[in-house]
Amino acid sequence: MLDKNILLVIAMAPLAAAVVAGLFGRKIGRTGAHLVTIAAVALSFVLSARILWAFVQGQAEPFNENLYTWMVAGDLRMHVGFLVDSLTAVMMAVVTFVSLMVHVYTIGYMHDDPGYQRFFSYISLFTFAMLMLVMSNNFLQLFFGWEAVGLVSYLLIGFWFKKESAIFANLKAFLVNRVGDFGFLLGIAAIVMAFGTLDYVEVFQHAESVVGKTISIFPGTQWQLITFICIALFIGAMGKSAQAPLHVWLPDSMEGPTPISALIHAATMVTAGIFMVARMSPLFELSEAALSFVMLTGAFTAFFMGLVGLVQNDIKRVIAYSTLSQLGYMTVALGVSAYNAAIFHLMTHAFFKALLFLGAGSVIIALHHKQDMKAMGGLRKYMPVTFLTMWIGTLALVGFPGFSGFFSKDIIIEATHESHRFGAGLAYAATLLGVLITALYSFRLMYLVFYGPERMDAHARAHVKESPWVVTLPLIMLAIPSVVIGWLAIEPMLFGDFFKGVIVVRPEHDVVAEIGEYQFHSPAQFVLHGFTGWPFWLMLLGLALTSYIYLRRPQVTERLKKTFAPLYRLLRNKYYFDEFYQKVFVRGAVRLGETLWQWLDQKLIDGVLVNGTARLVGRFSAAIRGWQTGYLYHYALTMVLAVVVLVAFYIF
Amino acid sequence: MFGWSDLVTALPEIIVLSMACLVLLVGLVLKPEKDGLLVSLTMLTLVFAALVTLRDHLGAEAFVAREAFNGAFVRDTFGDVLKLFMYMVMAAVVVFAKQYLRNRSLFKGEYFSLALFALVGMMVMVSGNNLVTLYLGLELLALSSYALVAFDRNHLKATEAAVKYFVLGALASGMLLYGLSMVYGAAGSLQLQNIAQAAATQPDARLLILGLVFVLVGVAFKLGAAPFHMWVPDVYTGAPTATTALIASAPKLAAFGLAVRLLGEGLGPLQIHWQSMVAILAVLSIVIGNLFAIQQTNIKRLFAYSTISHIGFMLLGFVGGADGFAAAMFYIITYALMAAGGFGLLIVLSGKGVEVENIEDLKGLNQRNGWLAFLMLLIIASMAGFPPLVGFVSKLWVLKAALDAGYLGLTIIAVIFAVIGAFYYLRVIKVMYFDDAQTDEAIVASVDARFFLNVLAIAQLALVLLTPMLLDVCSSAIAAL
Repeated sequence: MLDKNILLVIAMAPLAAAVVAGLFGRKIGRTGAHLVTIAAVALSFVLSARILWAFVQGQAEPFNENLYTWMVAGDLRMHVGFLVDSLTAVMMAVVTFVSLMVHVYTIGYMHDDPGYQRFFSYISLFTFAMLMLVMSNNFLQLFFGWEAVGLVSYLLIGFWFKKESAIFANLKAFLVNRVGDFGFLLGIAAIVMAFGTLDYVEVFQHAESVVGKTISIFPGTQWQLITFICIALFIGAMGKSAQAPLHVWLPDSMEGPTPISALIHAATMVTAGIFMVARMSPLFELSEAALSFVMLTGAFTAFFMGLVGLVQNDIKRVIAYSTLSQLGYMTVALGVSAYNAAIFHLMTHAFFKALLFLGAGSVIIALHHKQDMKAMGGLRKYMPVTFLTMWIGTLALVGFPGFSGFFSKDIIIEATHESHRFGAGLAYAATLLGVLITALYSFRLMYLVFYGPERMDAHARAHVKESPWVVTLPLIMLAIPSVVIGWLAIEPMLFGDFFKGVIVVRPEHDVVAEIGEYQFHSPAQFVLHGFTGWPFWLMLLGLALTSYIYLRRPQVTERLKKTFAPLYRLLRNKYYFDEFYQKVFVRGAVRLGETLWQWLDQKLIDGVLVNGTARLVGRFSAAIRGWQTGYLYHYALTMVLAVVVLVAFYIF
Repeated sequence: MFGWSDLVTALPEIIVLSMACLVLLVGLVLKPEKDGLLVSLTMLTLVFAALVTLRDHLGAEAFVAREAFNGAFVRDTFGDVLKLFMYMVMAAVVVFAKQYLRNRSLFKGEYFSLALFALVGMMVMVSGNNLVTLYLGLELLALSSYALVAFDRNHLKATEAAVKYFVLGALASGMLLYGLSMVYGAAGSLQLQNIAQAAATQPDARLLILGLVFVLVGVAFKLGAAPFHMWVPDVYTGAPTATTALIASAPKLAAFGLAVRLLGEGLGPLQIHWQSMVAILAVLSIVIGNLFAIQQTNIKRLFAYSTISHIGFMLLGFVGGADGFAAAMFYIITYALMAAGGFGLLIVLSGKGVEVENIEDLKGLNQRNGWLAFLMLLIIASMAGFPPLVGFVSKLWVLKAALDAGYLGLTIIAVIFAVIGAFYYLRVIKVMYFDDAQTDEAIVASVDARFFLNVLAIAQLALVLLTPMLLDVCSSAIAAL
């Protein structure tokens, strides 16, 4: 049995540290701020790791308890409580580990920043919010965590609040997430309507009861209630996990400092949507339509966002588009009912993507906060640790057999292949081709940054050096799981009992079990098998192409640009999503707002209703003021008249 | 004849009465430089009376209401609660008045002895158990008030106000007496209990109802409810502020007590008849009070109209049965504290040679003294009924009482006019905080005045927390009638 006090410490320690570093940052100084936050997150990590270990050993029972009743409205009880099972334990360990690494890394990355303490306060606060999100046992607290991580994300994207583009980006992230959150809130409301409770377990217990019920969203149309709930919830996930078409905020979020790109916009927060859908698997399993929608959304994102990554020159943006694409993979996995594969990929991705981001950050530090890959090159001899760890991250990302990413991605592709869901063929093609694209942009990045001629200016070259140990240590610490976690975790997480009773898959949907039965025997065998599969050869093709282009004939790129000019333009402009949103929604909203403001607010509400009534009352008041004449006999007369009226009223 | 136990029962009244006489005498012989003694004696009286009043309630055995003087006088929880708040409010007013009177060479024994006589009148008003006793208390209060309004004899406006007050008061007294005589004629007794019995047996007797109308008029005049309110603005404005503070605060408690004694206790069985009359008075008071207040530039006059509207709100409670009486009692108690605090601040701000009369005189109070401005903000916001101040809670309870009694339309009108009323309160706050000060003269306030100001203003916040307790006290006081 897990101790609720330990759980409370895990969640609250980062909050306390955030408060201390945030409110008393000036008093405790820089060192004080990073010491207190790192100590708190380290404590959370150690305790979370112990809990995870207990689950791995099979010694822990799921913990589900309400700790505090926040509000009771009618029959609806709103609690703060924890549900900690194997799924939660994985998330807690991943979140606290990556967070801890990022905390350490930040010491080096933000070394000269005036907002040092504020930054530590924010990332600790983020850790708290993320833990509240994953540990929640009810929808309301989930929503709280959901919004809280969104808030911290907003604060951190705009951390350099004097930078115009950062302010734009954080506002954009916030607004786009509002769209998703609206769907999410509708989903929660629909759950309350259908089940009358916010508690996960109660909802899941009665999940079957809503099958067949319909809801009329628009007059004349009938939706399956369960499909509506699932799609509404998933729209929330689309916002948070940046699935097309709500993905536009994530590339822009790279305006924030790199540590948070690694922590929030790669490893943890953006995976909240994936986690949420996996958590809701008992609901999603009931709606084939919703799952198809999920799968196709993921496939679209995985493929098309990867393509955009090919033409980016900003080192962080390449990784950002890669993140979009990988999130797409996870979403596809959810869509084919391979929830455990999605969580598995979430975990491996958290490690290697955080590694890539932090490695990119290390490069950025060395080049004095320059991010353009056109002005890099040949860095491998200056920064050996960064170089090697980045290679590990890249191999994991492209799915080289044996690296963690290989296990998770291959399983997703296989699962998609096995699935008979509507659109699964399309998704399979997208995920398979996605491997090639992943290889293309990943190796392109490596070659542009670490190989070839040194394109930076003379001043920058003179100062290039390996980053300090606080930066490289997290890289190494993240490189280790990027290599080994797949070997260790694949069997229990995918084919074992680890998620039994937590993630619910209907037997006829269980593609992962099918793979387990026919194709998987042991990790080593799976790796060997990997060398014969399509993904491996596609990846090699990508490696060969990029090696040829970037190592031998760099001028080919120019020719390709010319030959495929329209396609290049399309990708450079990211399919014109931003332009479309800017023109239609942003400008439309501004115009609508202006119209409402000028006509409805200023003229009708202010002019007629507010000032109009005020003027009316004022005039009336001025008119009757004369009644109070000051003459005694008028007063006496009024009294007498009033008496007469009253008497008349009562006697006659 | 009456005996020792009668005197013991009326001990608080007897103490205050004797001390009123003593203060009068001491004031005659005291040397001017030692006149501080008058304040001390008055305060001592109030404290002592409070202790005596409180003593019976703190004893081991439960307090039992008892009658005295052959049932002409009653000592019960209802009266004692009101009396305790009267002492408190009077103490604050006396402390505020001290400096004000000194600055205007009006510091005389008469003020304090008249204040104490007025207090005796008020105490009798809430403790009277027959028509004559109640009337006696009323007249004692009224006569003292007339004199207090004219206290600054050479001031034209003050004397004019006093004359108006006196003439109209006499008219109202006449009506009340006329009503009482009819009630006596119909019921055959002066005792409230007997009247209630008679009213219960013949609820539709013409004579009784006619008497009721006149009684109601008298009570409405005392309370300052529209359309019998016209004296209020003139008297509040004309009287020295120290007097205004006195007649605007504690006497409201007394008038409320009188209203409950007469309407609730004596004529309670006729509630169906007076209910609608009271509702009319309430609506008229709220509407007229708020509408007239908007136009005022004189802050004392503004407070006067605000009082009328507050009385209207309090009367809303009367339509709602026992709960309504309790809500009204809560309302009038908190209002008395607000009024004392509001006028107290005006007194404190009116230094030597400065008379704070107009809203403009409060300009930039925040710059001159931030804390006083904040206290004023608390009081004014509470008068306007902004949460989380007690003015909001008290309004809430009377509105709820009216609503529960089925007076939906009445409640809506009251709420609308409460919103309209917020305007003039906000204007005062705006002037205090956003306009520039016209003088930078320091505000001199004695320690004791500051103390009472703080208590009264902070009470607006603190009473919110104590609401359940105070409401409980009010409910049990009403229930014990």
